[in-house]
Amino acid sequence: MALLKVTELSVNYGVIPALRGVSFEVNEGEIIALIGANGAGKTTTLHTVTGLIPSAAGRIEFMGKDITKVPAHKIVSMGMAHVPEGRHVFPDMTVYQNLLLGAYTVKEAGKRDSILKEVYEHFPRLKERERQLAGTLSGGEQQMLAMGRALMSDPRIILMDEPSMGLSPIYVNEIFSIIEKVSKAGKTVLLVEQNARKALTIADRAYVLETGKITMEGAADDLLHDDSIRKAYLGE
Amino acid sequence: MVSFITNLINGLSLGSIYAIIAIGYTMVYGIAKMLNFAHGDVIMVGAFAAYTIISTMGLPTPVGILAAIVCCTLLGIAIEKIAYRPLRNAGSPLAVLITAIGVSYFLQNGAMLIFGSDTKMFSSVVPLQTLSVGPFLIPGTTIVSILTSVILVSVLQIFINKTRPGQAMLACAQDRAAASLMGISVNNTITLTFAIGSAMAAVAGVLLCSAYPALSPTTGAMPGIKAFVAAVFGGIGSVPGAMVGGLLLGVIEILSRAYISTQLSDAIVFAVLIVVLLVKPTGLFGKVIQEKV
Repeated sequence: MALLKVTELSVNYGVIPALRGVSFEVNEGEIIALIGANGAGKTTTLHTVTGLIPSAAGRIEFMGKDITKVPAHKIVSMGMAHVPEGRHVFPDMTVYQNLLLGAYTVKEAGKRDSILKEVYEHFPRLKERERQLAGTLSGGEQQMLAMGRALMSDPRIILMDEPSMGLSPIYVNEIFSIIEKVSKAGKTVLLVEQNARKALTIADRAYVLETGKITMEGAADDLLHDDSIRKAYLGE
Repeated sequence: MVSFITNLINGLSLGSIYAIIAIGYTMVYGIAKMLNFAHGDVIMVGAFAAYTIISTMGLPTPVGILAAIVCCTLLGIAIEKIAYRPLRNAGSPLAVLITAIGVSYFLQNGAMLIFGSDTKMFSSVVPLQTLSVGPFLIPGTTIVSILTSVILVSVLQIFINKTRPGQAMLACAQDRAAASLMGISVNNTITLTFAIGSAMAAVAGVLLCSAYPALSPTTGAMPGIKAFVAAVFGGIGSVPGAMVGGLLLGVIEILSRAYISTQLSDAIVFAVLIVVLLVKPTGLFGKVIQEKV
C-alpha cells in the first residue's frame, strides 16, 4: 500500500484550473521527485496535499486514510511535514525557537529532545547558530533550518518545495546530500524541484508535471536518460 | 514642582489604562492583521457589566470585576467567530475593517437599548483611600491602575514567551502559513488572542470608570481611539511598544491639559502622533517591514 496516494486531484484558482486530474503515489522509504516548469502546478500540488488550499475534485490518502478535507494543522500530527517554498522560517525567533515550534505537535519533552539531537546531527550548522535569529541566517542556512524544523515533528513523510532555489552551488550540493541522508534515516521524501538533474539523480522515481497534468512518470534513472526530458528540463 | 509630579503620576495612571487597552489592539493587529475598531466598545461593555453587578444588583465588587472579565472574554470570542472569521479570507482587508466599525456601532447601540443613553455614576471599585506621600496626594485608583497594568503586562510577556499557546501566537504573527504547517491552528490562536485582549479590555473598563466615573454607551469610544493611537505610537504589533505608547500618551494628555489647554489636550495628543509618524513611520518600537522581492 502506498504511503501517500493522490488520485485525480483537481484544484482551481478562481476559474483558472491549476491542477487537472493529477495522480501519483509515494511508497514508504522512497524519494519521489516532482519536476516541471514554472507554473506547472508543483507547489499547488504540495499545498493541496498538506491542506493549505482546498481541492476541487479528487482524493488524497495518507497511510490509507482520506485526508482530502483535513486542515493543514491537523495533517502535521498525522506524520506529514512540509518544507515550504521560500523557506518561511520565523524570522524574529532564534534557530532554537524555530526548531521547537517544529515540534509543536510533539507533546513529550523527552522525545522532543531526542529528535532535536538527531536534527543537530543532520545539521551541525544549526547547532552552532542555535541562539541566532533566523532572519539573520544566510539563504542556505535558512533552508537547513526549514528542513530541520520540518523534521522536528518526527514525520513519516517530508514534502520539500524547491529546497535548492536561490542557493549557491555549494549549498545546493549540501542540501541534496542532506536530503539523501534524511531519506537513509528512514524518512519518505516527496521532492519538488526545478533543478531536475539534481532531483532525478537522488530520486527513486519521478513524475513530470506540465500545465496541471502528469505527462510522464517512471524510474528516475530512465527519465534522466530520456531524450524529451533531457531537452525540456536538463538543457541539453 | 509638586503639581508637576502630581500631574505626571496622574498621567502615568491614565496612561497605564491606555496601555492595557492598546495591548489588546496591538495583539489583535499583530496576529489577526486587522484593526479591531470595536475594541474600545468592549471596554464599555465591561464597565456596564461591572456596574450592573455591583450597583444595580448590589453584589460584592470582586464578583462584578470577575463578571466583567468573563462577559468581555465571551464577547471577544463571539465577535471574532461571528463577525470577523467568515471574512478572514475575503479578498479585501477593508471588508473586515468596515465590519469592525459596524460591530462598534452595534455594541454602542445595543448598550443604549439596554441601559439607556443617560450617563450612569460608576462607583469606584478601588477601596484604597487617597494616599499622601510627603507633599503628594495620590488617589488609590492611580496606584491600582499602575500596579494592575504592570502585573498584566508582565504576566502577558511570560505567557507569550514561555507557553505553548504563547509561542503559537508569536508564530502566527510572523507567518501564518508556516504556523499551520507546524500544526498550529491559526483560527484557534486568533480566537485566543481576542479572548485575552477582551479580558484586558474589561479590566481597563473597570479601572477607567473608577478613575472617571461617568459611564455611558459611548464611554469606550474615545479611550479606544486613544489606545489605538498609543499602539501606533509604540509601533503597532509590539506589546512593549503598546505599553510605552500608552504611558506616554497618558502623560502627554494630562500634562497638556494641565499646562497648555484642556480643550486642546486631545488635539495635542494627535499632533504628537503625527510628528512621531513623520520622524519614525513604524512607531517607537515598530519593525521596518521589508518588502519581499
